[in-house]
Amino acid sequence: MNHERVLMADMETNTAGNIDPSLLNESTGEHTEDICLKVEGLDLYYGDTHALDNINMLIPRQRVTAFIGPSGCGKSTLLRCFNRMNDLVDNVRISGTILLDEMDIYASSVQVAQLRQRIGMVFQKPNPFPKSIYENVAYGLRLQGVKSRRRLDEIVEKALRGAALWDEVKDRLHDNALGMSGGQQQRLVIARAIAVEPEVLLLDEPASALDPISTLKIEELIDELKEKYTIVIVTHNMQQAARVSDYTAFMYMGRLIEHGSTNTMFTNPSEKMTEDYITGRYG
Amino acid sequence: MVNDRNGWFRSGTPWIWLNAAAVSTSLIMVTGLLALIAVKGLGHFWPASVWEFQYRGSDGTVQQLLGEVQDSEEVSAARMRDAGEALPEDAPEVVERYLLKTGNRDLSGLDFRWIVEPAISERRRPRDAVVLERMEWGNFYGFLERLLEDGKVVAEGEGAWPELQSRLKRVRELRRRIRHLEKTEIGGVNYRLERLRLERRRLELEGEDTPAALAKIENRRKQLQAQFAGLQKELEAQYRDIRRDSMIMSVMGGRQLSLPLQQVVRAYRPNDMNLLQKTGFYFSKLWEFVSEEPREANTEGGIFPAIFGTVMMVLLMSVLVTPFGVVAAVYLREYARQGPLTRLIRIAVNNLAGVPSIVYGVFGLGFFVYFLGGNIDRLFFPESLPAPTFGTPGLMWASLTLALLTVPVVIVATEEGLARIPRSIREGSLALGATKAETLWRTVLPMASPAMMTGLILAIARAAGEVAPLMLVGVVKLAPTLPVDGNPPFIHLDRKFMHLGFHIYDVGFQSPNVEAARPLVYATALLLVLVIVILNLAAIAIRNRLRERYRALEQ
Repeated sequence: MNHERVLMADMETNTAGNIDPSLLNESTGEHTEDICLKVEGLDLYYGDTHALDNINMLIPRQRVTAFIGPSGCGKSTLLRCFNRMNDLVDNVRISGTILLDEMDIYASSVQVAQLRQRIGMVFQKPNPFPKSIYENVAYGLRLQGVKSRRRLDEIVEKALRGAALWDEVKDRLHDNALGMSGGQQQRLVIARAIAVEPEVLLLDEPASALDPISTLKIEELIDELKEKYTIVIVTHNMQQAARVSDYTAFMYMGRLIEHGSTNTMFTNPSEKMTEDYITGRYG
Repeated sequence: MVNDRNGWFRSGTPWIWLNAAAVSTSLIMVTGLLALIAVKGLGHFWPASVWEFQYRGSDGTVQQLLGEVQDSEEVSAARMRDAGEALPEDAPEVVERYLLKTGNRDLSGLDFRWIVEPAISERRRPRDAVVLERMEWGNFYGFLERLLEDGKVVAEGEGAWPELQSRLKRVRELRRRIRHLEKTEIGGVNYRLERLRLERRRLELEGEDTPAALAKIENRRKQLQAQFAGLQKELEAQYRDIRRDSMIMSVMGGRQLSLPLQQVVRAYRPNDMNLLQKTGFYFSKLWEFVSEEPREANTEGGIFPAIFGTVMMVLLMSVLVTPFGVVAAVYLREYARQGPLTRLIRIAVNNLAGVPSIVYGVFGLGFFVYFLGGNIDRLFFPESLPAPTFGTPGLMWASLTLALLTVPVVIVATEEGLARIPRSIREGSLALGATKAETLWRTVLPMASPAMMTGLILAIARAAGEVAPLMLVGVVKLAPTLPVDGNPPFIHLDRKFMHLGFHIYDVGFQSPNVEAARPLVYATALLLVLVIVILNLAAIAIRNRLRERYRALEQ
């Protein structure tokens, strides 16, 4: 890993105890994990509503981080901050910083379109374009100006294999993507996202609209994808969070309550609120 | 019992019946309208029998009448007597009278006359009665006596009829050649001569009229004039040829007269035709109607220039209105900040659709024709001034005016289409690193294309039937040339054109011979409806194909 390690000393000045201790090496005080995304003092308002309240967190590279919490707690909003999807909403105000490899993604010099090529996103409901399967996967590449047919073919195949979809669709690449099943569509959308080779993959409840078998396939896929990508997943399903994630963040009413390794969170949470939520007392 | 009735009301049954009744009434009215137009219009081309009547006129003399019965009605005998008609004493209370088309306008001054049933003493359908359609003076009814070539008799009696047909064929061929010579060849030479004159004038205006350039023009002018002289000679020879034959016809009352064959479009004997021949005749007349140019102040012949003009104008309007409306809608819906101003603009756009169309015509005349066209002429065509090029009503301005008239429809439909594209699709595209413009161009606009087509369909439906504004900005009663021909630049947007809607008005109300023109009004109306239906069906077919491709919306 040639990424610069973040020193513990930096962190203490601007975080309010939300740093996950499991990210730290006890003896040296350094992060054991390579940090990909760093959120510092993030506040977000929708008009007068304070939707995110002073969020500080670190998201490690090539790990799966799950956001859990009751509806309306701000986990999707936070996720959409990472690729600046909230820019599309009127009346939104954001303060604080999010660093992607030390680059402030809200800096005025950042080209949003390029940022979104580095941070891909998959939405709750499958949203393939009304084009062929091939064209769906090639969409991002064509945006980048890739024209060579051979290179397109290559990348499309690689992406579809990466999303565990190749064997199912290799004979009907030029059929309309809308003719696929919901689960296939969602994997197509993932293939579309990884075709542009992002560093981070944001998954917003990717399996909530799918049947159990498709859900299982997606979860297996997430497990494979984390070898290459940093994955942030929002989920309502506690078991899913426990199954797929390495780290879990629990949010409530726009605040980050607790963030730690999934094992610790589910077996021995440090906050009472987290325990209540995980054991199903509310939410 | 009361409960029962309440239940009946509450079940909604009366509403269903009411709705069904409304729908059936609309359907009946539409079918009735189309049926009326179709029957009245299409019947005109059927060869009607020619009757010979022995008719006692009001002065007591017996006349022989020959003609087609076009209409009949019942009137009271008292009224007829008041009008001076000498009815027999034993005539019934109510008598029938017929509208007889006697033709021969050059002899009697009248094409049509009413005759009353009781005054007819004898009637028959002579098998050898001949109807001649002529280039002018309307139909001729009579009997063929002899055929003459250069004044010498070549056929007489029964043998004259087949001879006439073969000679008419020759005349038709000659007429076609003359037409080609006059319109295409000589017209082309004239067009090029006019261009040369304009070029010379332009050189003079720009001060570049060097002797060399002028000599070149003069040289080309001489060439063209030599060509013209050659064509002129050829034309004269053709005219001599076509004037060669004539025929002697006898009319009722025994009078005989000579008619040149050059005058005759077609000759037929309806009483001698069987059903098959009549059907063949019918379709040939129908084809003439849609493919030929009008004759005799639009009351005879075809309406091809009007069909062509209508279609051309609608297509041009579509080409102009679609990009304009779509771009406006994209800005309003996607880029403009939604607020009081955009709301105001939307209200204004919607109200534009309610402005009476003649107002658009006035605007088109004032702004497009006089202001824009006048300036274009001053800037680009100074050589032809004071004769205007674009500073006069023409196809271009008519299409632009109609585009302006229909742009609200396209804007509203496109905006609705854009609003219906799910947010998730836009976000999916943006999340892959597309900019807003790329998302619009690659995903949103293709998906909204069926809605744009819907807008265009509505625009076509409105524009194709519009007449009032066109009268101000480019439609004429009779256009000498089509807006598309073989002379460069091939499409002449500055030319005036004919339009089916205006043609109906002109034939029906401005015609010197209203009785003769009336069936043509119905036939033209039917054709106008047909043209609009075909244009619409084409647009609907395109829309359905687009819908099939982008049917994500229906999910």
